[in-house]
Formats: sequence, structure tokens, C-alpha cells
Amino acid sequence: MLKFLFRRLILLLPVLLIVTVLISSLLYFSPGDPVQVMLGIRANPEAVAAIRAELGLDKPAHVRYFIWLSNVAQGNLGRSLQRNEKVLDLIAETIVPTLEITFFAVFISVFLALPIGVVSAVRANSWVDHLLSFFSLFWVAMPGFWVAIMALLLLSMHWGIFPISGRGGPIWSVAGLRYLLLPGLILGIRQVAIISRLIRAGMLEVLNADYVRTARSKGLSERVVVYKHALRNAMIPTVTIFGVQLPEFLSLAVIIETVFAWPGTGQMLVDAVLKRDYTLVQGIVLIYALLVIAMNLVVDMLYAYIDPRIKHE
Amino acid sequence: MAHLLEIDDLRVRFRTEFGAIKAVDGVSLALKLGQTLGLVGESGCGKSVTALSIMGLLGPSGQISGGDIWYHRGNDRIRLSGLHPRGKAIRAIRGNEVAMIFQEPMTSLNPVFTVGHQIMESLILHQKLSRPQARRRAVELLQKVGIPWPDKRVDQYPHQLSGGMRQRVMIAMALACHPALLIADEPTTALDVTVQAQVLELMLQLQSELGMAILMITHNLGIIAGMAQDVAVMYLGRVVERGPVREIFHRPWHPYTRGLIDSVPPLTGPVRLKPIPGSVPELRSLPAGCRFRPRCDQALGVCAEMEPVLKEVAPDHLAACWRC
Amino acid sequence: MSREQAKTPGSESFLEGALRRLIRDKAALAGTAIILALIVLAVFAPWVTSHDPVKQDFGRLLTAPSWEYPLGTDQYGRDVLTRIIYGCRYALIIGLAVSAIHLVIGVVLGLLAGYYGSWVETVIMRLTDVMLSIPSVVLAVVLAGFLGGGVQNVIIAVGAIGWRAYTRLVRAEVLSTKEETFVEAARAIGCSDLRIMFRHVLPYTLGPVIAYTSLGVATAILWAAALSFLGLGAQPPTPEWGAMLADGREYMADAWWIATFPGLAIMVTVLGFNFFGDALRDTLDPKAEGRLRE
Repeated sequence: MLKFLFRRLILLLPVLLIVTVLISSLLYFSPGDPVQVMLGIRANPEAVAAIRAELGLDKPAHVRYFIWLSNVAQGNLGRSLQRNEKVLDLIAETIVPTLEITFFAVFISVFLALPIGVVSAVRANSWVDHLLSFFSLFWVAMPGFWVAIMALLLLSMHWGIFPISGRGGPIWSVAGLRYLLLPGLILGIRQVAIISRLIRAGMLEVLNADYVRTARSKGLSERVVVYKHALRNAMIPTVTIFGVQLPEFLSLAVIIETVFAWPGTGQMLVDAVLKRDYTLVQGIVLIYALLVIAMNLVVDMLYAYIDPRIKHE
Repeated sequence: MAHLLEIDDLRVRFRTEFGAIKAVDGVSLALKLGQTLGLVGESGCGKSVTALSIMGLLGPSGQISGGDIWYHRGNDRIRLSGLHPRGKAIRAIRGNEVAMIFQEPMTSLNPVFTVGHQIMESLILHQKLSRPQARRRAVELLQKVGIPWPDKRVDQYPHQLSGGMRQRVMIAMALACHPALLIADEPTTALDVTVQAQVLELMLQLQSELGMAILMITHNLGIIAGMAQDVAVMYLGRVVERGPVREIFHRPWHPYTRGLIDSVPPLTGPVRLKPIPGSVPELRSLPAGCRFRPRCDQALGVCAEMEPVLKEVAPDHLAACWRC
Repeated sequence: MSREQAKTPGSESFLEGALRRLIRDKAALAGTAIILALIVLAVFAPWVTSHDPVKQDFGRLLTAPSWEYPLGTDQYGRDVLTRIIYGCRYALIIGLAVSAIHLVIGVVLGLLAGYYGSWVETVIMRLTDVMLSIPSVVLAVVLAGFLGGGVQNVIIAVGAIGWRAYTRLVRAEVLSTKEETFVEAARAIGCSDLRIMFRHVLPYTLGPVIAYTSLGVATAILWAAALSFLGLGAQPPTPEWGAMLADGREYMADAWWIATFPGLAIMVTVLGFNFFGDALRDTLDPKAEGRLRE
């Protein structure tokens, strides 16, 4: 297992590198000047030049990149241009809330999608199935940020069921959970539709399999046949695509964080982009890429665990 | 000896997009402990459906629309056909007193569980064994069916075994709880010829050891000759001839049976294939009168008007043909 | 053997089957209607509504929906309904432009990857993997943000992130098509690779691609609206739906209509393209049923 992990990690390093090159070139070659943003439009051009030199922004692009890269290799992600704090510190502060809603959302979506998908498949083409399919279609079509705003309007402002914005504390605290619930739910619910359709498709194929018939012939109850024998096999293709969907959670979180004023990394990213804060953006994108890679690895391991045929390749 | 299983005028109906189809239309069979009944016929004649109805495995679109299936346990007579297919009663019998093995060992075993686990399931369910106990039994069973190094194999997955071994595993799985009846639906059709012989011999050996009845479904007459005491020939959902194997083979009465036997090329002498002319008609467009008439070279006038019924043509030997 | 056991779990009665087909066709009908309405509104906007979408009217700030202003007015006194109608233009333009970019990039890369295989395929697929390592919104945000705002840059930003699905689709189709005998025949008579790819193989791959395009347009509109919502896309006073949502956010408590209706417009549009896309897919790529899109 460890060898497997190690091999995958090695393969991913070049990917990471290319990601950083891509992002960095994007930043360096785009219009707009962070110093200008900082000092305002009417700033004294000499002052601007001086600060640029101080921040090392006057060096050519590839030099800046290598300086940055070597710093990263030593664990130093630089200083935010706007806030003059260490990028690593800023990210560390905000990454926890982001991970909180992301994990919460993943958990919710799987928790809900499983029974919905299974029931849809077992009762395929019945009114239950059609109803659930209809709902899935709606949820997928609805813009995430709009649902977020609507939910905020109705549930938080109008009816006061949920607090309006911000974070109440760590996830294991009651206050924390209260604030987490709505953004986490909204983040997860769109994926429920997608994942449950996946499970339904997988189950439909599997329920016709010979080994399901064999399981029944042994006298096992229908519940065991469906949830143990069939589901496990249906999960195999599901997990693969689920792995592709996982980064989407991080994507959507950026928007959800903005709507709910959730103090996460996504929100900080939008802010940093607007202010042309190169170093901060570089750092955040790197961390996100790492997160995605970590997620993919977890999914790969899960996949190997579910399908024993993989292990023996 | 009383019969273990009696099928009495069984009728099975399927709902399809073309309407209802009578896959089985009046089949009567009987089995005794320790004996093998062969069920022979071409694809689509209803032999598998008959087997599945015994186990209640017809699926949501199939239904027993007439007749009964009686199962004798000691002094009790249980009406299998009346049990709900997903109910507790039939599940207590499935895998426990009546077991089934299927044609495709590769797809009939669940790829994500070890073979040991799959064998252990019925042991834990029906015999209430603990996990370590069940595991020991599983290893014993694997050894009994002739799998070398059973203590290693028990933790392996189906894809790590060969076709013949997988079928042995299926047999082990089926026989785990010492069923009184083993239904074998074309168990060797997907295997190599040499492996076929091994598996069949294993089944015979286990039968003489454990004394169960076997319902052997196949289209291969050679297997019947080697394994069964009695045979029933099916065509288009009905039994057209029934009796002891030797009798049927030496004195086949029904033209279809005769055709089947004749179409097996002889091992010696000049080879001249004699197929049965024509092809099996669709179940939804059955001819009037005797179902075999369009392909029969000895049809009489009455054959076009009325369906023949099974009549005794010799002791214990029944055939459904107007020529008797 | 088990084929005698009829097909699926829950075989439906005739009534259920007819109902299902009816719902399907209704959806396709609805989808087409929505798209047509979108096009009509976009083209004939000035004739459909008499109000001005960008002119501010300080006498009518934040009025609730009424007869004269069916969807209310926003914080600058502009008629929300009018802005939504003009917004159709942006939705259409963005959707089509982005899809065009996706198609071109995706189809070309998919063709190359599928046809040449070996290192070309590896490079292209690795590139796709790299793109997948960055969450889509993150990349779009960075792109749109650093290019400056505006509809044009939104198109570029969203265009850069959605072509992966097309590449994968096209590659899969090419892989199966290139084994066909007519391709061999073309090669035998000396057609250049380029010619074979574009004249012989490409037409056969277009079925599922076109089927997916409708859904692709829907996704593009969603993403663009999201970017505008974050302030990185269409800038005020552009009546783009996402931007309108951003505006409306501030006034949620007092004037809920400013945010609600543009959101509805987005949803209806996306639904429309989805329905239409499903119907297209059933016709052009029936084996895709049940296959999930990215």
C-alpha cells in the first residue's frame, strides 16, 4: 500500500510543477499592477517604482518564478503583497474553515445520495424514481450561488432558522455547528443530485448481474443482497467519477464562502485576485492543487480497497 | 421412497413488452433423494425457468400462474410455489435445503468478496456458525471439492481462480449446508471439456457421499447418460417425454427425443449429421395442436388439431405424442 | 439462460412507459421553447420592453413588483424585468462564445489524442490532468481576475476551463472510429493524416459532441454568472444576470426581487438547455443514456 502511494506521489510532482508554472506565468504576464492598486491611481510613479524594487517586482518573470520556487521548496510561501503577512500564516488561518465546510458537504452529499440512488435503482421507472430524477435535474440546473442567496434570504433572514453569516467556532462546538450547517448543506446538496444519479446508474447495471442472483439463491435477505452484494460493485464506477467531482466541492466552496461571509481560503482568494496580490494567489493556488492531489490519492486508495482486482495488478 | 420434490402441472408466465408469455406450460416432474433427474431441451424450452421457479427466483416480471411445487421435508409437505419470493419462508430453504449452481462461474461469483467469504455466508446465515467456525468449514469444503491448498485459496478472490476451480467453489458454496436438493443449471457448459468431466465426477462423488437429489439441466445428452437415472425432455415449455434414462435412450418414443438422440454424431463410423429440420418457433406464435408438428416427419392429421397429453408407452415411460 | 427472466428490475406497464415517453418529450418541448424564447428576447429586446436597462431613475428606487414594473426596480431605479430581458443577450453571447472555444479546443485536442495515440495522447491527457488539479472556479477566478473584468475576459476565463469534457468525449469516439475499415481504406489510397482526421473521422465523432454542446452551453452560462457574481466578470452597469445577483445581494432584506428574478432566469435557461440537450442526446447518442457528464 505504501509503495502504491509513493509511486503515485512521484508521478504527481511534475503535475504540481506545471501547475505552478501555469499560474505564475498567468500572474506575471497579466495587466494590472499590485503596487498601483495599493497606492492608488494617482500615486507618484517614483514611489511606485521604489516599492516595486523593494518587493522584487522589477525582476524578469522567470527569475521571480525561480526565486519563488526555491522559497517554496524551503517551506516559505512568501509574503502577501497587500497585507504584508506571511502567506503561509494567512492560508493556515483560513484553510480550516474551508476544510470544515468541504468535508461536511462531502459527508452530507454521500450520506443523502446513497439511499436516494439505491432506491431509485431498485424501483427504477416507478413514480418514486421519476420524482427523484426530476428533483435531481432541478438541483443540477440551479445556480449554486443563487440557491445560497435564496436560502440565506428565506432561512436566515426571513425565518431566522439559521444565523446569517460568519463562523461561530470550530466544527466540534455547538455554536460552530450552527453556523456551519447552512453553508455546508447548500454546498453539499447540489452534489447529492449528481452522485445519486451516478449510484443509480451503477446499481441498475449491477442488479442484473449473475452474482446478485447467486446471492439470492443462498437465501440472503433482499436488503443484504442490495446493500452488500450489489452496492459494493456499483460503487466501483461511482467512486471513479466521484473522485473527479471532489474538486468541485472546493470550487463551489469559493462561492459559498463569499455569500455566507465564511472566513475560508476561497473568500480570501477572490479578495486577493481583485487586489492583484501575486504571492498570496500563487500560494493559495498551490495549496488548492495540493488539496486536490491529496483528494485524488484518497479516492485512489478507496478504489483499490473496494475493487480487489486492482490490488493484484 | 417418497418423492423429495414434486412439480405438478407448473405454469409460469412472464410479462414482456409483447404481452404475457407462457414460458412453462404444464410441466410435471418428480425427484427422489439420492437420484439425479436430467432435464433436457434446447435453449428457450423453459428448463431454466422451471428450475428458477422452484427457488422462487423468477424476478419481478415472472410469476407462477398455475400448478404447484411440493417439497417434502420429513413428514411435512411444503408448497414452495405458494411462498412469497422474498419472504422468510423460502429464504430459509434457499441455500439451506435447496441449492443451485449456475452456468457461468465467472460472473456468478461476486468479484469483490473472497471465495471463502461467499461460502461462509450461507454457513453463518443458515447454520448460525461463528466466523472462525464457518471459516474452518469453508476450508474443509474447498478441500472436499478438490481445490488444492484450500487454506490459501479461501482468502482469494474469484478472479484469481481458473474457471474449473470457480465452478468447484460454486459447488462448495451450494453444498455448504448439506442441501437435500441440488439444482444444476448447465454447470459445465462454460468449461473446457476435460474440466467438465472432472466437475461432473465430483458431483457424482458428492452425491453418493451426501445423498442429495440432483436436478441436472443441460442440453448435452452425454451428461445425462453419465449422470442421471431419469430424464425429462422439454420442448417449448412442456415435457414431451419422461422416463428412465436407459429406456429413453434405447427406445425413444417422441419424434423430438428421437431427433435429439439422432443429431448427436456417432464416435465411430461414417459421420452424417442429422439435424432436426426447422427451428424453434417463438413462444408467442405457437402452432395449433401439437407444438412439435411443424418439424415432425411423422405428423398425423390429429396432430394439427389437438395437443397430445403424456401417456404411458412403457412402464414408467411417458410420451406426449399421438402416435402411441 | 437467465435471459428468459425478462430484463430489468421493475419492468413497467404500458401506461408507465407511455407516461415516461410523454414526460421526456414534454421536457424536450419545454427546452426548445425556452431556448427559442431566449433568442427572441435577446434579439428583439428593445422592441419587447420600453424601459432602458441602464439609465438610472432616482425617482423610482427599489420599488416592489407592480403593474408598471412587473419585477420591481433595483437600487438605481432600473426596471428589473427589462434588465433581465437584455440579460438574455449576454447569456446567449457568453454561452455560445464559450462553447465555441470549448468545441474548438476540445475537438482538436481530442482528435489528436485519439488518432495519434502514444506520446501525443499522453501529453494531451496529462495536460488535461493538470487542468483538473486546479478546482475550476479557482482557475476561472484567477484568470478572470487577472485579465481584468468584463464580459470578454469572462468568456476567455470560462473558455479555458470547460474543454476537458469535449476532449474526453472526442477521444473516446475517435478511438473506436479509427479502427473502422473506411479509415484504413482512406489511408490506403494515400490520404494525409490531417485529411483523414477531419474529413473521415471527425463527422462520426460529432454525434455525442453536439449532444453534449447544449449542456455545455448551460454550464458555461452558470460559470460566467458565478464569476460576475463574484465581481470578476461583467461590470456594472451591464445587465448580466450574475452581476444583477451580486447587486441584489446587498438589498436582500429590503428588496428581495433584485436578486431572486435574475436567479430564476438563470435556472430556467439552464433547465431549458438541459432538457434540449437530453433530447438531442437521445437522438444522436443513445448509448450515452445513464452515462454521467462531468
